[in-house]
Amino acid sequence: MGMTMSQKILAAHAGLEKVEPGQLIEAKLDLVLGNDITTPVAVKEFEKTGFTKVFDKSKVAIVPDHFTPNKDIKAAEQCKMIRCFARQMDIENYFEIGEMGIEHCLIPEKGLAVPGDLIIGADSHTCTYGALGAFSTGIGSTDMAAGMATGKCWFKVPSAIKFVLKGKPKGWVSGKDIILHIIGMIGVDGALYKSMEFVGDGVKNLTMDDRFTMANMAIEAGAKNGIFIVDDITLDYVKKHSTKPFTVYEPDPDAVYDEVYEIDLGEIRPTVAFPHLPDNTKTIDEVGEVEIDQVVIGSCTNGRMEDLRAAARILKGNKVKKGVRVIVFPGTQNIYLEALKEGLIQDMVEAGAVVSTPTCGPCLGGHMGILAKGERAISTTNRNFVGRMGHPESEVYLASPAVAAASAITGKITDPDTILKRD
Amino acid sequence: MKAKGKVFKYGDNVDTDVIIPARYLNTSDPKELALHCMEDIDKDFVKNVKEGDIIVAGRNFGCGSSREHAPISIKASGISCVIASTFARIFYRNAINIGLPILECEAAVEGIEAGDEVEVDFDTGIIRNVTKGSTFKAQAFPEFMKKIMAADGLLNYLKSKATDDL
Ligand code: SF4
Repeated sequence: MGMTMSQKILAAHAGLEKVEPGQLIEAKLDLVLGNDITTPVAVKEFEKTGFTKVFDKSKVAIVPDHFTPNKDIKAAEQCKMIRCFARQMDIENYFEIGEMGIEHCLIPEKGLAVPGDLIIGADSHTCTYGALGAFSTGIGSTDMAAGMATGKCWFKVPSAIKFVLKGKPKGWVSGKDIILHIIGMIGVDGALYKSMEFVGDGVKNLTMDDRFTMANMAIEAGAKNGIFIVDDITLDYVKKHSTKPFTVYEPDPDAVYDEVYEIDLGEIRPTVAFPHLPDNTKTIDEVGEVEIDQVVIGSCTNGRMEDLRAAARILKGNKVKKGVRVIVFPGTQNIYLEALKEGLIQDMVEAGAVVSTPTCGPCLGGHMGILAKGERAISTTNRNFVGRMGHPESEVYLASPAVAAASAITGKITDPDTILKRD
Repeated sequence: MKAKGKVFKYGDNVDTDVIIPARYLNTSDPKELALHCMEDIDKDFVKNVKEGDIIVAGRNFGCGSSREHAPISIKASGISCVIASTFARIFYRNAINIGLPILECEAAVEGIEAGDEVEVDFDTGIIRNVTKGSTFKAQAFPEFMKKIMAADGLLNYLKSKATDDL
Protein backbone atom coordinates (compact mmCIF):
# COMPACT_ATOMS: atom_id res chain seq x y z
CA MET A 1 0.00 0.00 0.00
CA GLY A 2 1.47 3.36 -1.05
CA MET A 3 1.51 6.61 0.87
CA THR A 4 -0.17 9.94 0.23
CA MET A 5 1.92 13.10 -0.13
CA SER A 6 1.18 14.06 3.46
CA GLN A 7 2.07 10.62 4.79
CA LYS A 8 5.39 10.68 2.92
CA ILE A 9 6.38 14.01 4.45
CA LEU A 10 5.42 12.81 7.94
CA ALA A 11 7.32 9.55 7.50
CA ALA A 12 10.45 11.35 6.32
CA HIS A 13 10.38 13.70 9.33
CA ALA A 14 9.76 10.85 11.76
CA GLY A 15 12.72 8.93 10.31
CA LEU A 16 10.44 6.08 9.24
CA GLU A 17 10.27 4.14 5.98
CA LYS A 18 6.54 4.00 6.15
CA VAL A 19 3.60 5.29 8.16
CA GLU A 20 -0.05 4.29 8.23
CA PRO A 21 -3.22 6.23 8.96
CA GLY A 22 -3.96 6.33 12.68
CA GLN A 23 -0.33 5.71 13.69
CA LEU A 24 1.02 8.00 16.41
CA ILE A 25 4.43 9.39 15.54
CA GLU A 26 6.87 12.00 16.74
CA ALA A 27 8.38 14.06 13.95
CA LYS A 28 11.04 16.74 13.51
CA LEU A 29 9.83 20.21 12.66
CA ASP A 30 11.16 22.65 10.05
CA LEU A 31 9.28 25.64 11.43
CA VAL A 32 7.27 26.52 14.54
CA LEU A 33 5.02 29.58 14.23
CA GLY A 34 2.96 31.71 16.60
CA ASN A 35 1.09 35.02 16.70
CA ASP A 36 0.30 37.67 19.31
CA ILE A 37 -2.71 35.76 20.68
CA THR A 38 -1.29 32.25 20.87
CA THR A 39 2.38 32.97 21.62
CA PRO A 40 1.83 34.57 25.06
CA VAL A 41 0.14 31.35 26.26
CA ALA A 42 2.99 29.32 24.77
CA VAL A 43 5.65 31.50 26.38
CA LYS A 44 4.03 31.16 29.81
CA GLU A 45 3.97 27.37 29.46
CA PHE A 46 7.51 27.31 28.06
CA GLU A 47 8.85 29.31 31.00
CA LYS A 48 6.71 27.62 33.64
CA THR A 49 8.08 24.24 32.59
CA GLY A 50 11.61 25.58 32.94
CA PHE A 51 12.83 25.59 29.36
CA THR A 52 15.45 28.27 28.76
CA LYS A 53 16.17 28.13 25.05
CA VAL A 54 14.47 27.31 21.79
CA PHE A 55 15.62 24.29 19.77
CA ASP A 56 16.75 26.40 16.81
CA LYS A 57 16.44 30.17 16.66
CA SER A 58 16.18 30.15 12.87
CA LYS A 59 13.23 27.74 12.92
CA VAL A 60 10.85 29.68 15.13
CA ALA A 61 8.73 32.49 13.68
CA ILE A 62 6.64 34.94 15.68
CA VAL A 63 4.29 37.38 13.95
CA PRO A 64 2.22 39.88 15.94
CA ASP A 65 -0.65 40.32 13.49
CA HIS A 66 -3.98 39.87 15.26
CA PHE A 67 -4.44 42.88 17.55
CA THR A 68 -1.71 44.99 15.96
CA PRO A 69 -0.89 47.82 15.70
CA ASN A 70 -1.88 47.30 19.34
CA LYS A 71 -5.58 47.94 19.71
CA ASP A 72 -5.58 48.45 23.49
CA ILE A 73 -3.40 48.24 26.58
CA LYS A 74 -3.93 44.52 27.10
CA ALA A 75 -2.96 43.80 23.48
CA ALA A 76 0.09 46.03 23.92
CA GLU A 77 1.13 44.00 26.98
CA GLN A 78 0.75 40.75 25.08
CA CYS A 79 2.87 42.07 22.21
CA LYS A 80 5.50 43.38 24.61
CA MET A 81 5.76 39.98 26.22
CA ILE A 82 6.41 38.17 22.95
CA ARG A 83 8.78 40.88 21.74
CA CYS A 84 10.86 40.42 24.90
CA PHE A 85 10.75 36.65 24.51
CA ALA A 86 11.88 36.92 20.88
CA ARG A 87 14.78 39.15 21.92
CA GLN A 88 15.77 36.95 24.82
CA MET A 89 15.71 33.80 22.68
CA ASP A 90 17.38 35.64 19.80
CA ILE A 91 14.61 34.49 17.45
CA GLU A 92 15.60 35.40 13.91
CA ASN A 93 12.12 35.47 12.45
CA TYR A 94 10.31 37.88 14.71
CA PHE A 95 8.56 40.48 12.58
CA GLU A 96 7.82 43.86 14.13
CA ILE A 97 5.21 46.34 12.86
CA GLY A 98 6.67 47.84 9.71
CA GLU A 99 8.01 44.55 8.46
CA MET A 100 5.23 42.24 9.51
CA GLY A 101 2.11 41.14 7.73
CA ILE A 102 -0.63 38.61 8.25
CA GLU A 103 1.38 35.55 9.17
CA HIS A 104 0.12 33.27 6.39
CA CYS A 105 0.84 35.84 3.72
CA LEU A 106 4.19 36.71 5.27
CA ILE A 107 5.75 33.27 5.89
CA PRO A 108 5.70 32.13 2.23
CA GLU A 109 6.76 35.61 1.06
CA LYS A 110 9.78 35.47 3.38
CA GLY A 111 10.69 32.07 1.97
CA LEU A 112 10.22 30.33 5.32
CA ALA A 113 7.96 27.62 3.91
CA VAL A 114 9.15 25.39 1.05
CA PRO A 115 8.03 22.10 -0.51
CA GLY A 116 8.43 19.05 1.72
CA ASP A 117 8.64 21.06 4.95
CA LEU A 118 6.90 19.95 8.14
CA ILE A 119 5.48 23.05 9.79
CA ILE A 120 3.29 23.63 12.82
CA GLY A 121 1.77 26.96 13.77
CA ALA A 122 -0.32 28.09 16.69
CA ASP A 123 -2.90 29.42 14.28
CA SER A 124 -5.44 27.26 12.53
CA HIS A 125 -4.74 28.68 9.08
CA THR A 126 -1.15 27.43 9.17
CA CYS A 127 -2.48 24.90 6.65
CA THR A 128 -1.97 27.66 4.03
CA TYR A 129 1.60 26.52 3.22
CA GLY A 130 0.25 23.26 1.82
CA ALA A 131 -0.09 25.34 -1.34
CA LEU A 132 3.69 24.94 -1.65
CA GLY A 133 3.65 21.18 -1.17
CA ALA A 134 4.55 21.35 2.52
CA PHE A 135 2.81 19.49 5.34
CA SER A 136 1.62 22.33 7.45
CA THR A 137 -0.96 22.31 10.20
CA GLY A 138 -2.44 24.37 12.98
CA ILE A 139 -1.86 23.42 16.60
CA GLY A 140 -2.38 25.15 19.95
CA SER A 141 -0.12 27.08 22.27
CA THR A 142 1.05 24.09 24.30
CA ASP A 143 2.15 22.31 21.13
CA MET A 144 3.90 25.51 20.09
CA ALA A 145 5.74 25.62 23.42
CA ALA A 146 6.74 21.97 23.12
CA GLY A 147 7.75 22.51 19.49
CA MET A 148 9.92 25.52 20.38
CA ALA A 149 11.58 23.56 23.16
CA THR A 150 12.19 20.24 21.45
CA GLY A 151 11.81 20.82 17.69
CA LYS A 152 9.38 17.94 17.63
CA CYS A 153 5.65 17.34 17.71
CA TRP A 154 3.33 14.34 18.06
CA PHE A 155 1.03 13.55 15.17
CA LYS A 156 -1.63 11.03 14.40
CA VAL A 157 -0.99 10.10 10.76
CA PRO A 158 -4.03 11.23 8.76
CA SER A 159 -5.83 9.43 5.97
CA ALA A 160 -6.70 11.59 2.99
CA ILE A 161 -9.31 12.73 0.52
CA LYS A 162 -8.12 13.26 -3.04
CA PHE A 163 -9.45 16.11 -5.16
CA VAL A 164 -8.64 15.65 -8.82
CA LEU A 165 -8.93 19.09 -10.40
CA LYS A 166 -9.67 19.36 -14.11
CA GLY A 167 -10.21 22.15 -16.59
CA LYS A 168 -9.86 25.87 -16.13
CA PRO A 169 -11.84 28.36 -14.01
CA LYS A 170 -13.96 30.76 -16.08
CA GLY A 171 -14.46 34.51 -15.79
CA TRP A 172 -14.08 35.85 -12.26
CA VAL A 173 -13.95 32.41 -10.65
CA SER A 174 -10.92 32.15 -8.35
CA GLY A 175 -9.44 29.83 -5.73
CA LYS A 176 -11.92 31.22 -3.20
CA ASP A 177 -14.93 30.09 -5.25
CA ILE A 178 -13.39 26.66 -5.76
CA ILE A 179 -12.69 26.05 -2.08
CA LEU A 180 -16.11 27.41 -1.01
CA HIS A 181 -17.67 25.07 -3.57
CA ILE A 182 -15.70 22.13 -2.13
CA ILE A 183 -16.56 22.97 1.49
CA GLY A 184 -20.21 23.34 0.48
CA MET A 185 -19.99 19.89 -1.07
CA ILE A 186 -18.27 17.98 1.76
CA GLY A 187 -19.33 20.06 4.79
CA VAL A 188 -17.47 21.76 7.64
CA ASP A 189 -16.45 18.38 9.06
CA GLY A 190 -16.20 16.65 5.67
CA ALA A 191 -12.44 16.21 6.00
CA LEU A 192 -12.22 15.94 9.81
CA TYR A 193 -8.76 14.64 10.90
CA LYS A 194 -7.86 14.10 7.23
CA SER A 195 -5.58 15.56 4.58
CA MET A 196 -7.08 17.19 1.53
CA GLU A 197 -4.77 16.50 -1.41
CA PHE A 198 -5.21 18.57 -4.55
CA VAL A 199 -3.89 16.94 -7.72
CA GLY A 200 -4.73 16.72 -11.41
CA ASP A 201 -4.30 18.66 -14.63
CA GLY A 202 -6.40 21.56 -13.44
CA VAL A 203 -3.79 22.53 -10.83
CA LYS A 204 -1.66 24.15 -13.53
CA ASN A 205 -4.53 26.55 -14.23
CA LEU A 206 -4.39 27.86 -10.68
CA THR A 207 -1.99 30.63 -9.69
CA MET A 208 -0.02 30.44 -6.44
CA ASP A 209 -2.43 32.95 -4.92
CA ASP A 210 -5.39 30.70 -5.84
CA ARG A 211 -3.62 27.76 -4.21
CA PHE A 212 -2.81 29.69 -1.02
CA THR A 213 -6.49 30.62 -0.71
CA MET A 214 -7.59 27.02 -1.17
CA ALA A 215 -5.05 25.42 1.18
CA ASN A 216 -5.85 28.17 3.69
CA MET A 217 -9.47 27.08 3.97
CA ALA A 218 -8.81 23.33 4.32
CA ILE A 219 -9.37 23.85 8.05
CA GLU A 220 -12.89 25.09 7.28
CA ALA A 221 -13.63 21.54 6.11
CA GLY A 222 -12.15 20.21 9.36
CA ALA A 223 -8.98 18.99 7.61
CA LYS A 224 -5.64 18.49 9.29
CA ASN A 225 -3.91 19.90 6.24
CA GLY A 226 -4.49 20.79 2.62
CA ILE A 227 -1.70 20.10 0.17
CA PHE A 228 -1.03 20.69 -3.55
CA ILE A 229 1.22 18.76 -5.86
CA VAL A 230 4.34 20.70 -6.77
CA ASP A 231 4.69 21.98 -10.35
CA ASP A 232 6.61 24.66 -12.27
CA ILE A 233 4.42 27.40 -10.84
CA THR A 234 5.36 26.30 -7.31
CA LEU A 235 9.04 25.99 -8.15
CA ASP A 236 9.04 29.41 -9.75
CA TYR A 237 7.54 30.90 -6.57
CA VAL A 238 10.03 29.10 -4.35
CA LYS A 239 12.97 30.25 -6.48
CA LYS A 240 11.82 33.86 -6.18
CA HIS A 241 11.28 33.78 -2.44
CA SER A 242 13.54 31.26 -0.77
CA THR A 243 17.06 29.94 -0.53
CA LYS A 244 16.09 27.09 1.79
CA PRO A 245 16.78 23.56 0.52
CA PHE A 246 13.60 21.65 -0.27
CA THR A 247 12.28 18.24 -1.28
CA VAL A 248 9.47 17.58 -3.71
CA TYR A 249 7.17 14.73 -2.69
CA GLU A 250 4.57 13.08 -4.86
CA PRO A 251 1.78 10.80 -3.76
CA ASP A 252 2.50 7.12 -4.56
CA PRO A 253 0.50 5.86 -7.55
CA ASP A 254 -1.04 3.22 -5.26
CA ALA A 255 -1.67 5.59 -2.34
CA VAL A 256 -4.97 4.83 -0.62
CA TYR A 257 -7.58 7.58 -0.27
CA ASP A 258 -10.79 7.52 1.78
CA GLU A 259 -12.58 9.30 -1.03
CA VAL A 260 -11.79 10.72 -4.47
CA TYR A 261 -13.62 13.68 -6.00
CA GLU A 262 -13.22 14.89 -9.57
CA ILE A 263 -13.85 18.57 -9.93
CA ASP A 264 -14.25 20.38 -13.25
CA LEU A 265 -13.02 23.90 -12.52
CA GLY A 266 -14.79 25.18 -15.64
CA GLU A 267 -18.16 24.43 -14.09
CA ILE A 268 -17.68 26.33 -10.85
CA ARG A 269 -19.61 29.58 -10.45
CA PRO A 270 -18.78 32.46 -8.12
CA THR A 271 -19.80 31.09 -4.73
CA VAL A 272 -20.91 32.71 -1.47
CA ALA A 273 -21.13 31.13 2.01
CA PHE A 274 -24.15 32.40 3.95
CA PRO A 275 -24.18 32.73 7.74
CA HIS A 276 -23.21 31.02 9.99
CA LEU A 277 -21.06 28.23 8.55
CA PRO A 278 -18.62 28.14 5.62
CA ASP A 279 -20.45 25.13 4.15
CA ASN A 280 -23.71 27.06 3.82
CA THR A 281 -22.92 27.93 0.21
CA LYS A 282 -24.92 29.19 -2.75
CA THR A 283 -23.75 30.11 -6.24
CA ILE A 284 -24.03 33.76 -7.21
CA ASP A 285 -27.05 32.80 -9.34
CA GLU A 286 -28.92 31.60 -6.24
CA VAL A 287 -28.16 34.35 -3.72
CA GLY A 288 -31.20 36.58 -4.31
CA GLU A 289 -31.37 40.07 -2.78
CA VAL A 290 -28.94 40.40 0.11
CA GLU A 291 -28.19 43.98 1.14
CA ILE A 292 -24.93 44.67 2.93
CA ASP A 293 -23.50 47.32 5.26
CA GLN A 294 -19.81 46.51 5.08
CA VAL A 295 -17.32 44.97 2.66
CA VAL A 296 -14.03 43.52 3.85
CA ILE A 297 -11.33 42.68 1.32
CA GLY A 298 -8.13 41.08 2.59
CA SER A 299 -6.98 38.55 5.25
CA CYS A 300 -4.76 35.48 5.11
CA THR A 301 -7.31 34.02 2.69
CA ASN A 302 -7.54 36.85 0.16
CA GLY A 303 -5.05 39.58 0.98
CA ARG A 304 -2.56 38.86 -1.80
CA MET A 305 -1.73 40.70 -5.03
CA GLU A 306 -4.18 38.93 -7.27
CA ASP A 307 -6.95 39.50 -4.79
CA LEU A 308 -6.26 43.22 -4.71
CA ARG A 309 -5.93 43.30 -8.49
CA ALA A 310 -9.34 41.69 -8.94
CA ALA A 311 -10.97 44.05 -6.45
CA ALA A 312 -9.29 47.15 -7.88
CA ARG A 313 -10.19 46.21 -11.44
CA ILE A 314 -13.85 46.13 -10.49
CA LEU A 315 -13.78 49.21 -8.26
CA LYS A 316 -11.77 51.36 -10.67
CA GLY A 317 -13.85 54.20 -12.07
CA ASN A 318 -16.84 53.18 -9.95
CA LYS A 319 -18.12 54.48 -6.63
CA VAL A 320 -18.87 52.54 -3.49
CA LYS A 321 -22.63 52.65 -2.84
CA LYS A 322 -23.55 55.41 -0.38
CA GLY A 323 -23.96 54.03 3.12
CA VAL A 324 -21.67 51.03 2.49
CA ARG A 325 -18.27 50.85 4.21
CA VAL A 326 -15.40 49.18 2.36
CA ILE A 327 -12.26 48.15 4.23
CA VAL A 328 -9.27 46.77 2.35
CA PHE A 329 -6.39 45.22 4.25
CA PRO A 330 -3.41 43.95 2.28
CA GLY A 331 -1.61 40.87 3.60
CA THR A 332 1.91 42.24 4.00
CA GLN A 333 3.95 45.41 3.71
CA ASN A 334 5.33 44.15 0.39
CA ILE A 335 1.88 43.51 -1.00
CA TYR A 336 0.84 46.97 0.19
CA LEU A 337 3.81 48.52 -1.56
CA GLU A 338 3.32 46.61 -4.77
CA ALA A 339 -0.36 47.54 -4.80
CA LEU A 340 0.66 51.17 -4.36
CA LYS A 341 3.10 50.97 -7.27
CA GLU A 342 0.51 49.34 -9.51
CA GLY A 343 -1.99 52.07 -8.68
CA LEU A 344 -4.44 49.63 -7.11
CA ILE A 345 -4.60 51.48 -3.81
CA GLN A 346 -5.40 54.71 -5.61
CA ASP A 347 -8.17 53.04 -7.63
CA MET A 348 -9.74 51.62 -4.49
CA VAL A 349 -9.45 54.80 -2.43
CA GLU A 350 -10.89 56.85 -5.27
CA ALA A 351 -13.84 54.49 -5.36
CA GLY A 352 -14.43 55.17 -1.67
CA ALA A 353 -12.66 52.30 0.12
CA VAL A 354 -10.36 52.71 3.11
CA VAL A 355 -7.06 50.85 3.09
CA SER A 356 -5.61 49.55 6.33
CA THR A 357 -2.15 48.50 7.43
CA PRO A 358 -1.66 44.71 7.27
CA THR A 359 -3.48 43.23 10.30
CA CYS A 360 -6.01 40.53 11.12
CA GLY A 361 -8.23 43.34 12.44
CA PRO A 362 -11.80 42.91 11.21
CA CYS A 363 -11.40 39.24 10.18
CA LEU A 364 -11.78 38.01 13.74
CA GLY A 365 -13.82 40.90 15.08
CA GLY A 366 -10.65 42.21 16.68
CA HIS A 367 -10.57 45.87 15.69
CA MET A 368 -10.79 48.17 12.63
CA GLY A 369 -14.24 47.28 11.36
CA ILE A 370 -16.40 45.58 14.01
CA LEU A 371 -20.05 44.97 13.08
CA ALA A 372 -22.96 46.32 15.13
CA LYS A 373 -26.09 44.38 15.99
CA GLY A 374 -28.06 43.43 12.89
CA GLU A 375 -25.35 44.55 10.46
CA ARG A 376 -24.30 42.48 7.51
CA ALA A 377 -20.88 42.16 5.86
CA ILE A 378 -19.61 40.49 2.76
CA SER A 379 -16.05 39.46 3.43
CA THR A 380 -13.19 37.72 1.66
CA THR A 381 -12.14 36.14 4.96
CA ASN A 382 -12.67 32.51 5.93
CA ARG A 383 -15.16 32.27 8.80
CA ASN A 384 -18.74 33.41 9.15
CA PHE A 385 -19.45 31.96 12.61
CA VAL A 386 -21.85 33.67 15.03
CA GLY A 387 -20.18 36.85 16.30
CA ARG A 388 -17.03 36.32 14.21
CA MET A 389 -16.80 39.95 13.08
CA GLY A 390 -18.58 41.64 15.94
CA HIS A 391 -22.03 41.54 17.52
CA PRO A 392 -23.47 38.01 17.94
CA GLU A 393 -26.46 39.19 15.91
CA SER A 394 -24.41 40.46 12.96
CA GLU A 395 -23.96 38.43 9.79
CA VAL A 396 -20.97 37.55 7.61
CA TYR A 397 -21.15 36.31 4.01
CA LEU A 398 -17.94 34.83 2.61
CA ALA A 399 -16.96 35.45 -1.00
CA SER A 400 -14.11 36.17 -3.42
CA PRO A 401 -12.56 39.64 -3.80
CA ALA A 402 -14.35 40.06 -7.15
CA VAL A 403 -17.77 39.37 -5.65
CA ALA A 404 -16.99 41.54 -2.62
CA ALA A 405 -15.88 44.47 -4.81
CA ALA A 406 -18.93 44.19 -7.07
CA SER A 407 -21.17 44.12 -4.00
CA ALA A 408 -19.49 47.29 -2.70
CA ILE A 409 -20.72 49.15 -5.75
CA THR A 410 -24.33 47.99 -5.64
CA GLY A 411 -24.78 47.61 -1.87
CA LYS A 412 -26.01 44.04 -2.26
CA ILE A 413 -24.36 40.74 -3.08
CA THR A 414 -23.60 40.99 -6.78
CA ASP A 415 -22.22 38.94 -9.65
CA PRO A 416 -19.00 40.71 -10.74
CA ASP A 417 -19.91 40.04 -14.37
CA THR A 418 -22.73 42.58 -14.07
CA ILE A 419 -20.16 45.29 -13.26
CA LEU A 420 -17.37 44.20 -15.58
CA LYS A 421 -17.69 41.21 -17.85
CA ARG A 422 -14.70 38.89 -17.87
CA ASP A 423 -14.35 35.86 -20.11
CA MET B 1 -10.19 9.33 37.55
CA LYS B 2 -13.89 10.16 37.62
CA ALA B 3 -16.14 13.13 36.92
CA LYS B 4 -19.73 13.73 37.95
CA GLY B 5 -22.01 16.66 37.25
CA LYS B 6 -24.97 18.25 35.57
CA VAL B 7 -25.06 18.44 31.79
CA PHE B 8 -25.06 21.50 29.53
CA LYS B 9 -26.08 20.36 26.07
CA TYR B 10 -25.30 21.97 22.70
CA GLY B 11 -25.68 21.05 19.02
CA ASP B 12 -23.25 20.42 16.13
CA ASN B 13 -20.31 22.63 15.11
CA VAL B 14 -19.89 24.58 18.35
CA ASP B 15 -17.00 26.78 17.20
CA THR B 16 -14.16 28.41 19.10
CA ASP B 17 -15.58 31.87 18.38
CA VAL B 18 -18.67 31.11 20.48
CA ILE B 19 -16.68 29.20 23.13
CA ILE B 20 -14.51 32.28 23.67
CA PRO B 21 -15.07 35.27 21.36
CA ALA B 22 -11.94 36.89 19.93
CA ARG B 23 -12.81 40.20 21.59
CA TYR B 24 -11.65 38.66 24.89
CA LEU B 25 -8.39 37.22 23.57
CA ASN B 26 -6.35 40.21 24.68
CA THR B 27 -5.73 38.24 27.85
CA SER B 28 -4.56 34.70 28.51
CA ASP B 29 -5.61 34.62 32.17
CA PRO B 30 -7.78 31.49 32.60
CA LYS B 31 -10.01 33.12 35.25
CA GLU B 32 -10.73 36.13 33.05
CA LEU B 33 -11.40 33.91 30.04
CA ALA B 34 -13.78 31.75 32.08
CA LEU B 35 -15.98 34.81 32.69
CA HIS B 36 -16.89 34.83 28.98
CA CYS B 37 -16.99 31.11 28.25
CA MET B 38 -19.83 30.14 25.82
CA GLU B 39 -21.05 33.74 25.95
CA ASP B 40 -22.24 34.03 22.34
CA ILE B 41 -24.14 30.73 22.35
CA ASP B 42 -25.43 30.57 25.94
CA LYS B 43 -25.39 33.79 27.95
CA ASP B 44 -26.43 31.99 31.14
CA PHE B 45 -23.70 29.34 31.03
CA VAL B 46 -21.26 31.26 33.21
CA LYS B 47 -24.00 32.03 35.75
CA ASN B 48 -25.22 28.44 36.00
CA VAL B 49 -22.10 26.28 35.65
CA LYS B 50 -20.82 24.55 38.78
CA GLU B 51 -17.52 22.82 39.50
CA GLY B 52 -17.66 19.33 38.00
CA ASP B 53 -20.40 19.96 35.43
CA ILE B 54 -20.20 18.35 32.01
CA ILE B 55 -20.67 19.65 28.45
CA VAL B 56 -22.31 17.32 25.93
CA ALA B 57 -22.44 18.35 22.27
CA GLY B 58 -22.86 17.02 18.74
CA ARG B 59 -20.41 16.81 15.85
CA ASN B 60 -17.24 18.82 15.26
CA PHE B 61 -17.07 20.46 18.70
CA GLY B 62 -14.43 23.19 18.88
CA CYS B 63 -14.14 23.82 15.15
CA GLY B 64 -12.46 27.00 13.99
CA SER B 65 -9.42 28.67 15.43
CA SER B 66 -6.45 27.14 17.20
CA ARG B 67 -6.95 29.31 20.28
CA GLU B 68 -6.08 27.22 23.31
CA HIS B 69 -8.07 29.85 25.17
CA ALA B 70 -11.15 27.78 24.21
CA PRO B 71 -10.37 24.60 26.21
CA ILE B 72 -8.66 26.77 28.86
CA SER B 73 -11.83 28.81 29.41
CA ILE B 74 -13.94 25.64 29.58
CA LYS B 75 -11.58 24.03 32.08
CA ALA B 76 -11.35 27.20 34.18
CA SER B 77 -15.13 27.54 34.26
CA GLY B 78 -15.26 24.31 36.24
CA ILE B 79 -16.29 21.86 33.51
CA SER B 80 -14.85 18.44 34.30
CA CYS B 81 -15.35 16.77 30.94
CA VAL B 82 -16.65 17.39 27.40
CA ILE B 83 -18.47 14.58 25.61
CA ALA B 84 -19.17 15.03 21.88
CA SER B 85 -19.94 12.93 18.80
CA THR B 86 -16.71 14.23 17.26
CA PHE B 87 -14.20 16.97 18.03
CA ALA B 88 -12.42 19.33 15.63
CA ARG B 89 -8.83 18.15 15.57
CA ILE B 90 -7.00 21.20 16.91
CA PHE B 91 -9.44 21.44 19.82
CA TYR B 92 -8.90 17.73 20.47
CA ARG B 93 -5.10 18.08 20.74
CA ASN B 94 -5.35 21.29 22.74
CA ALA B 95 -7.72 19.70 25.27
CA ILE B 96 -5.39 16.75 25.76
CA ASN B 97 -2.33 18.96 25.90
CA ILE B 98 -3.79 21.11 28.70
CA GLY B 99 -5.38 18.17 30.51
CA LEU B 100 -9.09 18.81 29.86
CA PRO B 101 -10.72 15.36 29.62
CA ILE B 102 -12.76 14.85 26.44
CA LEU B 103 -14.58 11.80 25.15
CA GLU B 104 -16.08 10.92 21.78
CA CYS B 105 -19.30 8.92 22.07
CA GLU B 106 -22.18 9.35 19.65
CA ALA B 107 -24.56 7.09 21.62
CA ALA B 108 -24.01 9.03 24.84
CA VAL B 109 -24.74 12.29 23.04
CA GLU B 110 -28.04 10.85 21.84
CA GLY B 111 -28.92 9.42 25.25
CA ILE B 112 -28.15 12.47 27.40
CA GLU B 113 -30.28 15.60 27.78
CA ALA B 114 -29.56 19.01 29.24
CA GLY B 115 -29.82 18.91 33.02
CA ASP B 116 -29.16 15.15 33.33
CA GLU B 117 -26.77 14.03 36.03
CA VAL B 118 -23.87 12.17 34.40
CA GLU B 119 -20.91 10.22 35.75
CA VAL B 120 -17.78 9.49 33.70
CA ASP B 121 -15.02 7.00 34.46
CA PHE B 122 -11.98 7.96 32.40
CA ASP B 123 -10.09 4.74 33.08
CA THR B 124 -12.81 2.55 31.61
CA GLY B 125 -14.48 5.07 29.25
CA ILE B 126 -17.85 4.27 30.86
CA ILE B 127 -20.38 7.13 30.79
CA ARG B 128 -23.39 6.69 33.11
CA ASN B 129 -26.53 8.78 32.84
CA VAL B 130 -27.55 8.75 36.51
CA THR B 131 -30.86 10.53 35.84
CA LYS B 132 -32.01 8.08 33.18
CA GLY B 133 -30.19 4.99 34.43
CA SER B 134 -28.44 4.27 31.11
CA THR B 135 -24.74 3.59 30.39
CA PHE B 136 -22.53 4.10 27.36
CA LYS B 137 -18.97 3.16 26.47
CA ALA B 138 -16.60 5.67 24.90
CA GLN B 139 -13.33 4.84 23.15
CA ALA B 140 -10.50 4.71 25.67
CA PHE B 141 -7.49 6.97 25.00
CA PRO B 142 -4.33 5.52 23.46
CA GLU B 143 -1.58 4.93 26.05
CA PHE B 144 0.47 7.88 24.84
CA MET B 145 -2.39 10.32 25.43
CA LYS B 146 -3.21 8.78 28.81
CA LYS B 147 0.36 9.57 29.87
CA ILE B 148 -0.01 13.19 28.82
CA MET B 149 -3.28 13.47 30.75
CA ALA B 150 -1.79 11.77 33.81
CA ALA B 151 1.08 14.27 33.81
CA ASP B 152 -1.54 17.07 33.62
CA GLY B 153 -0.48 18.26 30.21
CA LEU B 154 2.07 17.84 27.46
CA LEU B 155 4.80 20.05 28.84
CA ASN B 156 4.88 18.35 32.22
CA TYR B 157 5.00 15.06 30.38
CA LEU B 158 7.94 16.23 28.25
CA LYS B 159 9.68 17.59 31.31
CA SER B 160 9.36 14.25 33.04
CA LYS B 161 11.08 12.56 30.11
CA ALA B 162 14.63 13.23 29.03
CA THR B 163 14.23 15.62 26.11
CA ASP B 164 16.53 13.65 23.83
CA ASP B 165 14.71 10.33 24.04
CA LEU B 166 11.57 11.99 22.68
S1 SF4 C 1 -6.55 37.02 8.81
FE1 SF4 C 1 -8.20 36.12 10.03
S2 SF4 C 1 -8.12 33.93 9.69
FE2 SF4 C 1 -6.20 34.81 8.95
S3 SF4 C 1 -4.76 34.60 10.65
FE3 SF4 C 1 -5.73 36.60 10.83
S4 SF4 C 1 -7.53 36.29 12.15
FE4 SF4 C 1 -6.85 34.29 11.47
